[in-house]
Formats: sequence, C-alpha cells, structure tokens
Amino acid sequence: MHELGIVFYIIRDVKKAALENGVEHVRAVVMNIGEVSTVVPDYLTDCWRWAADKEDMLRGCDLRCNIIPARTVCHSCNEEYPTVRFGRKCPHCGSDDTVLLCGNEVEIKEIEV
Amino acid sequence: MDDVKVIEIKKSIFEDNDRDADELRAELKRKGVYLLNLMSSPGSGKTTTLIQTINKIKGRIRVAVMEADIDGDVDAVKIKDATGIPSIQLHTGGMCHLDAEMTRQGLDNMPMDDVDLVILENVGNLVCPAEFDTGAVRNAMILSVPEGHDKPLKYPLMFSICDVVVINKIDVLPYFDFDMKRCEEYVHMRNPHAKIIPICARTGEGVDALADWLIEEVNNWKNQ
Repeated sequence: MHELGIVFYIIRDVKKAALENGVEHVRAVVMNIGEVSTVVPDYLTDCWRWAADKEDMLRGCDLRCNIIPARTVCHSCNEEYPTVRFGRKCPHCGSDDTVLLCGNEVEIKEIEV
Repeated sequence: MDDVKVIEIKKSIFEDNDRDADELRAELKRKGVYLLNLMSSPGSGKTTTLIQTINKIKGRIRVAVMEADIDGDVDAVKIKDATGIPSIQLHTGGMCHLDAEMTRQGLDNMPMDDVDLVILENVGNLVCPAEFDTGAVRNAMILSVPEGHDKPLKYPLMFSICDVVVINKIDVLPYFDFDMKRCEEYVHMRNPHAKIIPICARTGEGVDALADWLIEEVNNWKNQ
C-alpha cells in the first residue's frame, strides 16, 4: 500500500541525479529491493509506470528491481541463516539474539541514460 | 542503437529523510520543544486518547497538536473544541505518511516559542508511517483491543520503532479474545524496551499513566 509514496521519493532522487549529471531523459532505473524491505516489486513497478509517465524526464523510463536476499546473523552462535525461512529465531541454536545483515534495502542502484 | 550510459547512484531512498529528521530533532532540542509522533491504524481511538491526555496535562505543560490526514480537518477541529489548545491540520496530498520535511513545514506554523510539547497525530496506517522518521523525539502507537493481540507479529517494523505502545479500549476486553499477556510478549519480541500502557480513552482509565509518562519525558528533554 505504500509503494506509491516510495515511488515519489525515487522520482525525486532520480531527477536530482539526472540534473546533476546533465541528463535530459532517463531510460531505466535499477533498484535494489531487499526481500524483507516490505516493498512489493510488482506494486512498485505499477506505481512507477503511473507516476513516471507524468514526468517529461522519465516518460517511458523502466524501473527494474534487483531482489536482495535477506540474511540474519545470530549473536549467540555467530552462524548466518536465510531470514525469510527462519525469521528472528536462529535455526542453529534457537537464540532470539539475532540481527538482520541485509535484505532491508530500498535503494537506487543506478540509472541508465 | 544509441549508447546506454549507466550512472551509479547507490543511495537509499530514506537517506535524505533520515538526515532531515536528525536535523529537525537537533533543532527541537535547541528550542526545548518535545515532539511526539503518534501512530495507529484508523479507528484505534487516537483523537479521543489525545483529548483525554491533553486535558490532563495542559495545566502542567504547554501543548499543541498537529493532525496529519490525507484530507479533511475533522480531527483538528475536534481537538481544538475539546481542549482549547492550538491545533493545526496537515494534508499529506495523498501520501500515506508524513516525512520529516512535511513535519517541519507543519511546525513552522506552530507557536514554537510558546509550547513545550507538540503531538503529531500521524496518518492512520501501520505500515508507511513506520518507515519515515518524522524527526520526533519519541514514537508512540495505539493498538486497540478489537484489532487483536497479534498485530505486533503482522506489523513488525511499527512495533520495533515505537518507544511506547498504548493499548486502548480495555473496557471491551471481556467481549474480545484479546490476550493482554500474549500481546505484551509479542510487543517485547519486536522491541524489548517498549513501554506498554493499557488505557480506556472513553472512561479515562489508565490515562493518568500516559499523561505522567509524557510529562516526565518532556521535562527530561528540556533539562538534559
């Protein structure tokens, strides 16, 4: 439900980067989207299409999402594991003392011009 | 085919907002104004809770309220009528949350030299407001009994960023299978330090605890 709001932030940052680089039109935007970032890539690209086509600089510009797998590390046994499958509880030792290493990203990786 | 040039950006879309929020917090510290970001789902009783709480603290500290909604001004009018304190309405222009820049614009319309506490009533939503730091000193949320004790499991980010979880509508506990003990357990799974305050905004039960917590927070912020 929040993807449209996020799209407005992407548009703002992409336009800023394009202006800084003297670019008039952007062909594609590549995002890094973490598996547990709570952003749904399909919704994001749908919202993007609607909003980007209203901007001269971004008309027809594609948005592509790289999905970043989520990994968590356990502070009790120092083992790493995939977050989506096991959640916050370490599958190796059962501890709750775990921290997300990656998979929370909502970042603009690059733009193609 | 034209040559395609790739420009690397590698930037989180939350980065600018996080920086704006930190700047706003530093400014509030200098001015000695405490900003509380209050969140919840629609219909959890935010406005009623605010009215009850404000009426208990307005003689002890100077309070103002900013209401954020997608549209309408019913909440701001209701607060002003029921408490007499300054209250303004912000419109998010279709957005499902408030960010630090919008919060700052709201504060620019506030009598900042004459307030100790500004309460920001964020858009009713358990997802988006949790992602955008408003620059508030503390985050609080209201979970009402009819919503169910499992919400911390379903909206992990919201519960992990909140310093206080107010559990409202405890007067209807006998009619719902809401398990308070399990709710507390789930909240602490998300944030072991979260303070839980059960209240009933309609009858006023428990509101003193919320009011006392707020006053202590504001005094600490001003004096530390």
